[in-house]
Amino acid sequence: MENNGKQPRIGVYICHCGFNIAGTIDVNAVCEYAKTLPHVALARTYKYMCSDPGQEMIIADIAEHHLNRIVVAACSPNLHEATFRGALQRAGLNPYFFQMVNIREHASWVHDDRAAATAKAKDQVRAAVARVQFHKPLERKRFNVEQSVLVVGGGIAGITAALEIANSGKHVYLVEREPSIGGHMAKYDKTFPTLDCAACILTPKMSEVREHPNITLWTYSEVQEVSGHVGKFHVKVRRKPRFIDEDLCVGCMECVSACVYKEPKFEDEFNEGLGKRKPIFMPFPQAVPPVVTIDPETCLKFKTGKCKSPCATVCDRKAVNFDQTERIEEIEVGAVIIATGFKAFDATRLPLYGYGIYSNVYTSLEVERLVNSSGPTAGDIVCRDGRKPKAIGIIHCVGSRDKKTNRWCSRVCCMYSLKLAHLLREHTGADVYQFYIDMRCPGKGYDEFYERLLDEGIQMIRGRAAEVTDWTMTPEEEGKLVIRVEDTLSAYVRRVPVDMVVLSVGMEPAEGADEVRRMFNISCSKEGFFLEKHPKLAPVETATAGVFIAGCCQGPKDIPDTVAQAGAAAAHAVALLDKGYVEIEPNTAYINPDHCSGCKSCIPLCPYHAIVFDDGLKKARIDEALCLGCGTCVASCPSGSIIQNLFEDEQIFSEIDEVLSNV
Amino acid sequence: MPEKPKIAFYWCASCGGCEESVVDLAESILDVVAAVDIVFWPVAMDFKVKDVEAMPDKSILATMINGAIRTSEQEEIAHLLRRKSQYIIAYGSCAHLGGVPALANQFSREHILEYVYRKAPSVTNPAGTVPQPNWKDDGHQVTLPEFRHVVRALDQVIDVDYYLPGCAPSPKLLAAAVQALLKGELPPKGSVLAPDVALCDECPRKESKPTEVSFAEFKRPHEVIADPNLCFLAQGLICMGPATRSGCGAACITGNMPCTGCYGPPSRIKDQGAKILSSLSANVAAEDEKEIERILSGIPDPVGTFYRYGLARSLLRRRVDLKGNS
Amino acid sequence: MSERFDPKIVAFFCNWCTYAAADLAGVARMKYAPNLRTIRVMCSGRIDPQFVLEAFARGADGVLIGGCHPGDCHYISGNYKCLRRFKLLKRLVQDMGIEPERLRLEWISASEGDKLRQVVNEFVATLATMPPLNLPKRFVEWDKEVAILREQVDAAHAQEEQQEVSTHA
Repeated sequence: MENNGKQPRIGVYICHCGFNIAGTIDVNAVCEYAKTLPHVALARTYKYMCSDPGQEMIIADIAEHHLNRIVVAACSPNLHEATFRGALQRAGLNPYFFQMVNIREHASWVHDDRAAATAKAKDQVRAAVARVQFHKPLERKRFNVEQSVLVVGGGIAGITAALEIANSGKHVYLVEREPSIGGHMAKYDKTFPTLDCAACILTPKMSEVREHPNITLWTYSEVQEVSGHVGKFHVKVRRKPRFIDEDLCVGCMECVSACVYKEPKFEDEFNEGLGKRKPIFMPFPQAVPPVVTIDPETCLKFKTGKCKSPCATVCDRKAVNFDQTERIEEIEVGAVIIATGFKAFDATRLPLYGYGIYSNVYTSLEVERLVNSSGPTAGDIVCRDGRKPKAIGIIHCVGSRDKKTNRWCSRVCCMYSLKLAHLLREHTGADVYQFYIDMRCPGKGYDEFYERLLDEGIQMIRGRAAEVTDWTMTPEEEGKLVIRVEDTLSAYVRRVPVDMVVLSVGMEPAEGADEVRRMFNISCSKEGFFLEKHPKLAPVETATAGVFIAGCCQGPKDIPDTVAQAGAAAAHAVALLDKGYVEIEPNTAYINPDHCSGCKSCIPLCPYHAIVFDDGLKKARIDEALCLGCGTCVASCPSGSIIQNLFEDEQIFSEIDEVLSNV
Repeated sequence: MPEKPKIAFYWCASCGGCEESVVDLAESILDVVAAVDIVFWPVAMDFKVKDVEAMPDKSILATMINGAIRTSEQEEIAHLLRRKSQYIIAYGSCAHLGGVPALANQFSREHILEYVYRKAPSVTNPAGTVPQPNWKDDGHQVTLPEFRHVVRALDQVIDVDYYLPGCAPSPKLLAAAVQALLKGELPPKGSVLAPDVALCDECPRKESKPTEVSFAEFKRPHEVIADPNLCFLAQGLICMGPATRSGCGAACITGNMPCTGCYGPPSRIKDQGAKILSSLSANVAAEDEKEIERILSGIPDPVGTFYRYGLARSLLRRRVDLKGNS
Repeated sequence: MSERFDPKIVAFFCNWCTYAAADLAGVARMKYAPNLRTIRVMCSGRIDPQFVLEAFARGADGVLIGGCHPGDCHYISGNYKCLRRFKLLKRLVQDMGIEPERLRLEWISASEGDKLRQVVNEFVATLATMPPLNLPKRFVEWDKEVAILREQVDAAHAQEEQQEVSTHA
């Protein structure tokens, strides 16, 4: 046992955590028990160990009682391990002469039986006391941080984060999958509750991104591979060929006019398929970068090879390049912000609402384009069958708060449904009915907006719509779509005939979120949204240091919350870069060269290629800078020659033996 | 002239190979014999237990005991020799770790007796006679040592000072151990008198192993003609070398057979079988569960493969669900 | 057995998924059986088969390994190494006469507090239907034959010495 030649003198501290622990666990009994354990010099309980007085108590005890090991039984080490290590450091003790026992999350909060919970706490304290004796002094390692940030996703979250970081003087790589940045917000007409025009507030920011000297914008591009760690991520970005030289194209659109397709013929993704585009197109007039893209799936040149390519001929800047191929850009960044947004719920999954069956059933996103003056109908509300609606039904919670599809609330649908009701009524004068489960309008000015809409004469019907049908029962229903619903406020089943149905679709994790998650090695919550490090105290951090999340990829939220979160993520990234270095936990592995036989079994196991074979010594060696401390090689070393700091064999064996020593 | 130090040899449940290994010292055995008095060596010389019993306690400098402990008689003699010797050296894999005899710890005593005396295909025993510890024959009481329920390594029965590993120990290690004994230059008690580095360190095929070996298939030695120059693991053949002490001079590898682990694990390891299992299985080249199982099915008998010499001293020691003395 | 048997379970949880799931179960005040004794490792890839055997040898009735879901390992692929070891270790343990149900591997992500609760309760229920494994007790029973002989030898030796003392006297 390496104790710097000293016998271990262990201090054990049991936290009450108010009643959180002491309410279920007999902390005094645990404390008295700890006093009986070998090498325990003192044991105490305290109301809140993590508080300043709690920490000061440890610091004073270390000096007064010459303690050289500390065990704290309190909450999860994921919360306060760093706190107590800091206290040890301030007391002049190596911070790693410390072991934390989780008797709150893993005991008092999950057990009712006081005796059993107390027994468990004793067992785990005993194991920690045994283990901490084997602890060695360790130091955290420092690495420099690359002075640039990767932002993945160019919606309002990515745009905001990129601008914040770029304005602080750091370089940003902004990678967007689509031909233009802007994301979902670029498709919206107005924003609730202020009803200011989405384009008016978004496009200046998009232009700012384009102009910003600190931003490298790669649209029509995707992150392909990520390696490295906080401070130094190595990223490969795949830039898909758009067959247009971005540096030459000025977005004059003459090529689009010149295309052999005289009329737009293909489904326009930006307009949710409500409009048409040509094979060479710009998704929308304010697109950033303002360059066209050729879609090889529809372009005759690619499909038949027989097109005369007037687009290329007409371009005096020679920007059209059919030979363009995919390019891989390799960059190194210090931090990453993921802002990959969401996917709108696919309404065809709920056939009872008739989407895809009845032409006059729309999703809310389609209606956003329909009411937009730059949309496919220039803001004229005309249904697919040509009629101008006199009655419109908006069905809430489609793909939200529904056990059959998505359990969660998408948070924005109530508000955007009110907004669409306002706009539809404004544009058509139609009667608008809202079918809602509950109105959820918390937010600045939100409830006021709801009230305003009530004053505007919107019909509110409380009840989850049962179905949309064209099966009519009365002459007045003839030729209409009927929404069947139980009006739960008046307790009878109603049939509401309308000309147009709007489905307020919820939010889901974006297409490809799973690949993004795996690439950046972060977790997701049950629904598939990216998981923050702590739901309250670390909402933009992830379990992977240096990777931050912002916007709807973390969970449904509205624009103000998205922007706020993007700002927070940017601040985290800038703080990390400004600090200039990262410290890495010392729980890395090393190989004892006197013991290693050079069998090479460990080398293929390392996910970070941190183990190399030293051809001179004929033994394996771990590159400390690359090791992230998983311990896989340690568990595998057939001759026990690899040691993981803080998770040494004898430390873990002592824990196993001691949790079972009262069997 | 001062009295020469006394040395004893004894065998328990063993094959006799360890005794042979003493003779393998070849001509240098003459130096040993010149330097010591061999006071007890039932295999080679005629001594009686009574002679040993008559010796004063601790009068033997060192006793080398080979073989596992399977019977009550072996235990009694071990206790006797412990009393009479200053040092007890567990000699060879069986005394060190239980050895091949300890593979019997997968079966109950009753099963073994039943099979060996009655059911084995080569047995002719119409009367179904099975050895009995006590038997009356013609008015005479006949006794046999009791066959134990569990096979044990020597240190599970008596206190052991040193271990000389191997099946059998190499003459080089034996000569070194005798030298150390005679010069009084012994390592700390409990040491294994072999290098604490795994076999790959001295393996002639070490260079031939690529750094990225993973297993898409495990083969057994009888299924292939092994490349005599390439690392066995690189050929998909299980070699225990990475989890086994060196000191044998890679004898099996030189004979184109993979290491089966007779020198036991380095000091840092509690359970040799678990450790080689960990290394081999972690390097299986599959992520799909079914495919992992398929590849691992190439190891049909993990206990027999990974604990060929070490079952008695493994963490579980013996099949835990056997009827008998439990 | 008149007394209710309380199985002892040693759990090895990876820091990033299953340990975090147990934290989450705590935060959500989900209640589960108190039989678990948890040992935290950074990755399920750190779990040495020796740890599992040691836990059984020291008296665990069951061993629960918790890691990130396949593809979700914080360290990219440690959980696959864990899975491969587990597959062979489970066979080994079974060959050594330990019921395979006593060794369990579960992928429990940081968000699956409820799965953790279910797994623990289910595991405890399964183990409670089996007799205690209690290997330390079995080791003592196995070695009774050795202990008895040692006592006899010691007693005989003591008697001899007694006689010697009295003859010399």
